[in-house]
Amino acid sequence: MIFLTRRATFSASHFYWNDKWTTEENERVFGRCANRNGHGHNYTLEVTVAGEPDPVTGFVVDLKWLKDVMERDVLAEFDHRHLNLEVPEFAEGKLIPTSENIAIAAWKRLEPAVLGAGGAGLSRVRVYETPEIFAEYRGGK
Amino acid sequence: MAARAYFGRRVGLSASHRLHSDGLTVDENRAAYGKCNNPHGHGHNYVVEVLVGGPVDPETGMVVNLADLDEVLRTRVLERFDHTNLNLDSLFLNHVPTTENLCRAVFELLKDAMPVGELEYVRVEETENNFFEYYGE
Repeated sequence: MIFLTRRATFSASHFYWNDKWTTEENERVFGRCANRNGHGHNYTLEVTVAGEPDPVTGFVVDLKWLKDVMERDVLAEFDHRHLNLEVPEFAEGKLIPTSENIAIAAWKRLEPAVLGAGGAGLSRVRVYETPEIFAEYRGGK
Repeated sequence: MAARAYFGRRVGLSASHRLHSDGLTVDENRAAYGKCNNPHGHGHNYVVEVLVGGPVDPETGMVVNLADLDEVLRTRVLERFDHTNLNLDSLFLNHVPTTENLCRAVFELLKDAMPVGELEYVRVEETENNFFEYYGE
């Protein structure tokens, strides 16, 4: 089994807010992230797929294909957007766009294309909010 | 059932050490550790990376709150090791402060101190070109 990883970057804004809580509770739990005007990050999306190299091409998956899938299924809708307002998974308070939830959302967006292509499975999605802060999802519960 | 995910944090600490084993002769220490055996020690800007696993709390969207994790890292690791001589720490009185041993020591200091979730691994980068990971026993 070979693990292949591709990185891409996107820039987006977000804020953390739970509608069930008072303003004070939101500010206590989320600190400055609760500023409803939002703030932004240069995110790095790191996608790892796992499989056996194809005997003819030597590829687990074609990196250009994976780049295009990440671009089409994630970056086209996340890059230069306000995650709370413009991305369906998070819009209207459905889900707080933490790095954990962004990683899970990216996984769900990428999995159909990766599985559909055959030959490799999605192994890990990492979302770096800054170079020092990241979240990871490996699928499942 | 909330999905299980992981939250990672990287923090820097600067410390000095000298690699020297009392169980080896002068020549053996020199052979084993080279420049790292120089008598007055030397230092690194270490990076400690921790990964915490657990369910994503549906109320917060978080595995662990960064502020809570940072507080643990500060009190358990940074205040102990940052700007210190590792050889003088009680944990290294009987262990050479290689980055392998530092990595394991950091894991042991943190494993029961997570605000929520479980410590998945500790990674310590000694320089940009070498690093160590420990996942526990």
